Amino acid sequence: MPDFARPNAVSPRDEVLLRADNVSRSFGGLKAVDRVSLAVRRGTVHAVIGTNGAGKSTLINVLCGEIPASEGSVELLGRDVSRWSQPRRAQAGLGRSYQRNTIYAQFTVFENCRLSAQARLQRPWDWLSSAARCDFSGTAARRALEKAGLAAQADREAGALSHGQKRQLEIAMCLATAPRVLVLDEPLAGMGAEESERMLSLLEGLKSEHAILLVEHDMDAVFRVSDEITVMVNGRVIATGEPEAIRSNPEVQEAYLGDEAVH
Amino acid sequence: MRSSTSFSVLAGLVLLAALALFPLIGSRFGIDLVTKMMILAIFALSLELLVGQTGLVSFGHAAFLGIAAYTVALMTPESEPASIWVVLPAALLFSGGYAFFVGALSLRTRGIYFIMVTLAFAQMAYYVFHDTALGRGSDGIYLYFRPDVSIGDWRLIDLDAGNTFYWFVLASLAFVFVLLSLIVRSRFGRALAGIRVNEQRMRAAGFATYPYKLAAFVVAAMLAGLAGFLSALKDGFVNPELLSWHESGAVLIMIILGGIGSLWGALLGAFAFVLLQEFFQSDPIFGEFARHWQLTLGLSIIACVALMPQGLIGLGRQLGRRVSLRRRLRHA
Amino acid sequence: MDPVVFLVQCLNAIQYGLLLFLVASGLTLIFGIMGVINLAHGSFYMIGAYMAFALGPWVEQVLGGGFLVTLVVVVLLAVLLGYVLEWVFFSYLYEREHLQQVLMTYALILVFEELRSLLVGDDVHGVPVPAWLSGTIPLGELMTYPVYRLLVSGVCVLVALGLFWVITRTRLGMTIRAGASNREMVQAMGVDIQFLYRVVFAAGVALAALAGAIAAPVSSVYPGMGNQVLIICFVVVVIGGIGSIRGALLAAMLVGFVETFGTVFFPQAAGLLVYVLMAAILLWRPEGLFRSA
Repeated sequence: MPDFARPNAVSPRDEVLLRADNVSRSFGGLKAVDRVSLAVRRGTVHAVIGTNGAGKSTLINVLCGEIPASEGSVELLGRDVSRWSQPRRAQAGLGRSYQRNTIYAQFTVFENCRLSAQARLQRPWDWLSSAARCDFSGTAARRALEKAGLAAQADREAGALSHGQKRQLEIAMCLATAPRVLVLDEPLAGMGAEESERMLSLLEGLKSEHAILLVEHDMDAVFRVSDEITVMVNGRVIATGEPEAIRSNPEVQEAYLGDEAVH
Repeated sequence: MRSSTSFSVLAGLVLLAALALFPLIGSRFGIDLVTKMMILAIFALSLELLVGQTGLVSFGHAAFLGIAAYTVALMTPESEPASIWVVLPAALLFSGGYAFFVGALSLRTRGIYFIMVTLAFAQMAYYVFHDTALGRGSDGIYLYFRPDVSIGDWRLIDLDAGNTFYWFVLASLAFVFVLLSLIVRSRFGRALAGIRVNEQRMRAAGFATYPYKLAAFVVAAMLAGLAGFLSALKDGFVNPELLSWHESGAVLIMIILGGIGSLWGALLGAFAFVLLQEFFQSDPIFGEFARHWQLTLGLSIIACVALMPQGLIGLGRQLGRRVSLRRRLRHA
Repeated sequence: MDPVVFLVQCLNAIQYGLLLFLVASGLTLIFGIMGVINLAHGSFYMIGAYMAFALGPWVEQVLGGGFLVTLVVVVLLAVLLGYVLEWVFFSYLYEREHLQQVLMTYALILVFEELRSLLVGDDVHGVPVPAWLSGTIPLGELMTYPVYRLLVSGVCVLVALGLFWVITRTRLGMTIRAGASNREMVQAMGVDIQFLYRVVFAAGVALAALAGAIAAPVSSVYPGMGNQVLIICFVVVVIGGIGSIRGALLAAMLVGFVETFGTVFFPQAAGLLVYVLMAAILLWRPEGLFRSA
């Protein structure tokens, strides 16, 4: 239950772990992201919502380093990472999950996480020891699976999981690299009520240790779990603030919430 | 998983023993043929690391075999053998070096580009040996002496004596197979597999994928170089056709014939390919068409890819599944 | 270098480049739109040349026509061949992974080469330049340039213009471009995508065959001609950017000049220079000069 009586959550003590500063991205003549600024603080969930084509995916791709920004800068843990490649940002503590499942279907659930965790301690010259017996990545993987609630599925082939479990695995792979900042692209996509509930509890549990940037279409979930919401329309930010403020914002209602049946 | 590994080891030992004992019963022609099969198996295994494990389809792999072969031939004087401690590392170094250059440029490209670019760079190497003074032209070069394998005055192996060369090739094959088995299950190998399945995902986790791919490319090239080294020693002769894209195509056929994604597949595919080639070229069976064996080969490739996409290993697995299913039903 | 000799070499380079463009445009179209890499594309060039050689006498006897009629016959047969080939073979390749496409089309090369060997033999043949085109144009005081070579360039330019016009200004072209970026959408709009692909493929084959046929009097007809052309075309497509016709044209001209002048100035390394060019361009732009949409 959202607590609307909560005092102003944006206190000066809250560290900004991920920041976008006037980020723009154009494709030829089309400006997909237009001077977007936002800040994700430690211990909070910052949601980005908007209609289809609002530029949310492009924004995330820029934040994560998959495509460069045309203008503006991205700051991760206080450092300017605008020119950093995606792997480098991931090494610095930025974890990402994708809207479409990017799990390795033919590997086991355990191996999915173990391989992701391996990114944190790479020893490519070590050909003699078996990866399966690697302590570092194995432990990290088990921990991530525990947190995501998939420990029991560890030895199953990832492709055989249910859709909801696959989305959980998507998050677990993200957690396996022990990131400080999580960027989650529609984690609830295609989920039923029960699975969504499980995912939301997971997100609420993760909040305390991480800063989470969440892109979601499920409005109930967004309002339930977010501390701050940014609304994008046509590449621009039209409103940003606490859930209640957003819900009662007339511009937002007109542009977006009015079309969405809040169920 | 565990039972298949011990099965693999057992099968490996059986095959090793069979191959080791073969020269005692085989004809000169047979020994020659099996030596050729083993050398091509090393070649196919090297490509398997690149295509099957890392997902990089290269259509220019023969260049690395050819460069190593030419290195040996060029570095061996006409009057006496060269030392193996010099020519073998040199052969591996040159093929690895060219691979570094080609890989550095072509790995920045994706998918179809990569295939075309590797083909083009292999052609470049082909032309170096075919047209320039370095390669002495399309007639090729003779290798007059197999390298000397000695430490100081003590001769370790005489590669010219009896079946020594055959066992040397067998030992090399065993070495390559074991090495690749280790690599495939190591962290490096797992990272390559991840890159094959979803490179984007690997990058999102924090792997800089380019150095991994380049490393795989160079290692695969150096192992192909080993095959080239052995090839030069076997035939005593090298010519530019070693680098032709027909050879690059042939080795791709070998691994798809055997089954991609499996070291055993590469091995079996190479063996099967050589046998098929002999079969298609045999006069008594095909008569007039033996001369046009490439036609039969071409049609077989099409049939193989269309009907047996998992290769021989895939067939074997299907058979194994059916056998175990029947067994289970019988005992139910 | 003597300015007239320079001019001659330039004309040669342009002619060669334009021929390459004809073949490469088919290759890049087929790949850009259907996503199929076709190693056998060079074989179509060879088939066109051999058809010009083999059908020339027949056309003269039975149809009473000359060189132009032979060309028309070759193009028609090539379109037919392309149509049937797409229907029977290539349509099964669209969804397959690259490795399988590579091997299947490589196998096709082997089949074509051997069929040619069985049907027409392995000899090298010359195709006579038709009498009315065998004149020369004087250049400067001492040199002349064959009219036929100018015709080759002319035909290529016409075809190129035709191609540009079809792709950019007709509905067919629009549908083709749309089909390249979003197959399902185009299908949903009721366009028969199968037929479209067949047309595009047939056009690609016809382009290559035409190139082979008009090149035959200049380069003669020999067994390895298809493979040689194929690899150079790969270089052209890599340099120009896959799927881009503009890129193919620019790259083909670049390659034409590098090869022609390379043979003059560095005869020993002539075969290499094109690859050095490719390496240099890849260093600068890994995706080729023009990226397609």
